[in-house]
Amino acid sequence: MVDITPADAVPPAEVAEVELYHPHSWWTKYVFSQDAKVIAIQYSATATAIGLVALVLSWLMRLQLGFPGTFDFITPEAYYQFITVHGMIMVIYLLTALFLGGFGNYLIPLMVGARDMVFPYVNMLSYWVYLLAVLVLVSSFFAPGGPTGAGWTLYPPQAIMTGTPGGQDWGIILMLSSLILFIIGFTMGGLNYVVTVLQGRTRGMTLMRLPLTVWGIFTATVMALLAFPALFVACVMMLLDRVLGTSFFMPAIVEMGQQLQHNGGSPILFQHLFWFFGHPEVYIVALPAFGIVSDLISTHARKNIFGYRMMVWAIIAIGALSFVVWAHHMYVSGMHPYFGFFFATTTLIIAIPTAIKVYNWVLTLWRGDIHLTIPMLFALAFIVTFVNGGLTGLFLGNVVVDVPLSDTMFVVAHFHMVMGVAPILVIFGAIYHWYPKVTGRMLDETLGRFHFWVTFLGAYLIFFPMHYLGLMGIPRRYAELTDMTIMTESAHHLNSFISIMAFIVGFAQMVFLFNLIWSIRHGRQAGGNPWRATTLEWQTPETPPAHGNFGKELPIVYRWAYDYSVPGAKQDFIPQNVPGSFGLGPSREPA
Amino acid sequence: MAIALVLVLVVVGSVVFHFLSPWWWTPIASNWDYIDNTIIISFWITGVVFAAVVLFMAYCVFRFRHREGNRAAYEPENQRLERWLTVVTAVGVTALLVPGLFVWSRFVTVPSDATELEVVAQQWQWSFRLPGKDGKLGTSDTRIVSAENPLGIVPSDPNGQDDIVVEAADLHLPVGKPVKVLLRSIDVLHDFYIPEFRAKMDMIPGSVTYFWFTPTRTGTFQVLCAELCGQGHPLMHGVAVVDTEQDYLAWVGQQQTFAQLSAPQKTGSAARSTESTTASGLDVAAKLETPEAR
Repeated sequence: MVDITPADAVPPAEVAEVELYHPHSWWTKYVFSQDAKVIAIQYSATATAIGLVALVLSWLMRLQLGFPGTFDFITPEAYYQFITVHGMIMVIYLLTALFLGGFGNYLIPLMVGARDMVFPYVNMLSYWVYLLAVLVLVSSFFAPGGPTGAGWTLYPPQAIMTGTPGGQDWGIILMLSSLILFIIGFTMGGLNYVVTVLQGRTRGMTLMRLPLTVWGIFTATVMALLAFPALFVACVMMLLDRVLGTSFFMPAIVEMGQQLQHNGGSPILFQHLFWFFGHPEVYIVALPAFGIVSDLISTHARKNIFGYRMMVWAIIAIGALSFVVWAHHMYVSGMHPYFGFFFATTTLIIAIPTAIKVYNWVLTLWRGDIHLTIPMLFALAFIVTFVNGGLTGLFLGNVVVDVPLSDTMFVVAHFHMVMGVAPILVIFGAIYHWYPKVTGRMLDETLGRFHFWVTFLGAYLIFFPMHYLGLMGIPRRYAELTDMTIMTESAHHLNSFISIMAFIVGFAQMVFLFNLIWSIRHGRQAGGNPWRATTLEWQTPETPPAHGNFGKELPIVYRWAYDYSVPGAKQDFIPQNVPGSFGLGPSREPA
Repeated sequence: MAIALVLVLVVVGSVVFHFLSPWWWTPIASNWDYIDNTIIISFWITGVVFAAVVLFMAYCVFRFRHREGNRAAYEPENQRLERWLTVVTAVGVTALLVPGLFVWSRFVTVPSDATELEVVAQQWQWSFRLPGKDGKLGTSDTRIVSAENPLGIVPSDPNGQDDIVVEAADLHLPVGKPVKVLLRSIDVLHDFYIPEFRAKMDMIPGSVTYFWFTPTRTGTFQVLCAELCGQGHPLMHGVAVVDTEQDYLAWVGQQQTFAQLSAPQKTGSAARSTESTTASGLDVAAKLETPEAR
């Protein structure tokens, strides 16, 4: 009989904690991996795959709008299913998942100087539950009646009634179930991101030395943890209304001449719950983009981000304010009209910290040494589209101006510009920027420039003129724009033009995907720090970083993330882990 | 370099498009030109900001592009500049908000001389109800909606007996008279929207919502539904006719009251009107089902 002493059961203290977690098989290394970097790639790949579905759906919608009556298979029923699933995928399953699950997982541990997320096992579960949520959503395409066509806002009562595709079939049930799963998965990941930023930072990495990317993702995650529960509750209640016949959101209703059994519920309560989540959601997508673009601009303009402290406070202020503006989505919902005064005021106040961020980005360019790399081009394009979309937000936020524009194509143009195009341009910039760290190789430059120009100019040409259709009064969510007196012949032509641009921009994304895959093997070798950047992820001993990120010893942080072009320094950047005052520290060439 | 030029072109192109494109709002037909004016103010302020930011960026990209031997300046903060920009932004935001809230207070304050008009929506048609001689609309209840009483008017309420019911037909309004539109739905959310009037508001089953406006010119206007209400949503059109006082009174004279429609001796005409309604509802349903059947 062997005596088991505590010394045998507990590994000796000399073995680094991280050694115990190294994966030992192919399965635990690449599939059920607990490494945040692998989870990040899994999240990103899944989000991209489902995002492609949403892209195809947008093409189908544009076929119908641009060339009405030409494509018989796009019935109104199918059209509404397309817009619903397109919107839901883009907002939740692509943007939220990619920014937080993708970029968050990859960058947080590396940028704060941690070996991994604080709870790697829960982090792994987060991805698998997310994948399940995506599969449930996709399964609705194969369910009887197809996916729900209630619009991505899923407003009851129509969302669970027969007049809406999927309302009395499986569509809405699968949609709500998928959202519930997504929120469960996100919560597991989100807790990780927050705790890792708060507790997992390496020595010297004070909160005010964090790169803005981390600030953006961190604040967005805190917001998401507070906002998603409202959606969760709304989904559960609607599921009960649909499956058990409760009346949380259902008042007395006559459907096609038949009195339904519901009574006493409040449809508008759902809208409050939905937008209590839905508006912060805009910033859950925007704040990581704000953070990332700050770092892209700073790195590629070789200049510190202007007004770092102001940038941090602006992120926090926007995050907090975004919880008291939700009802600006409901100015014409029939809620008490006096709410309009309050929500218009809060909504326009949020423009101030947002504007400060824009000023600081362009002031970072001022007297910089601007390298027009592809990430920088995308960052510049982001500023253009974000300013454009942000300014039209001042129209829609200003209660009375919203009255004629609400529910028109103006809204569609606005939110696509500000939370579709702008964040996605940042995602592209970020991928061109960090791809060399993830794969060790650069993305192809020529394909990248083609991708940039077509995407930026194409997207602008799609969404800028669309505002004017809304100004004319063309409503959104119309499966056909026929028999409408306000719809002029030229407006139909404009719609055809927008559709053609949409196909071209979509095609450019195929070039991008090709580049992503091709460059894994054929891209130029990148080295450890091709952009000569200061943040910790570029200072890892290996590229791509190994499990545990930093080799034997964690880096120690001596400075903020923006020591570019420091007067007196030999190089035009000083990595965060280089000690010493300006220019005096021992230079450490990255691997 | 190309990017600096393109940024300038984006600004110039957007401004030219704004002024020269044929796509602009419809000629207004209500008193809400206040709203149009607020939109114009918004276009000016935001347009100037957009042009300023993007042109400044274009200048920076051109002037500070990387050339051999260049080195960026080191300037972490400039609190005076940041404070100054914050104040300027706050002024701009106030300039948008103040007129906006001023017009909103008008929008939510219904003039006391406004006559009431009820719009009742259902998938996918519009019906209307006008108060009769007593100037009051009777109470209504979705739970008593039936083929004989499609708007759910409570028969025991004397105020409802003389209400004029316009079922699934055109609405007429007198020009120059303020109207308070009471909005009701018996099934899902809808939104009563006439682009030329600028105003719109959702209708919520179980509640009565409202807005008001004064028609300022005669003409025939299309009613659209602006809140997704199921697959018939884009076909949910109606017609609103703004008449001179005289034409309006003539039209009112031809309409039937709730009492007339529900009285036994009028069964014939009531049944006819119900039939035509059902037919128009079915038209939409048929149109929707055709592709499905294939």
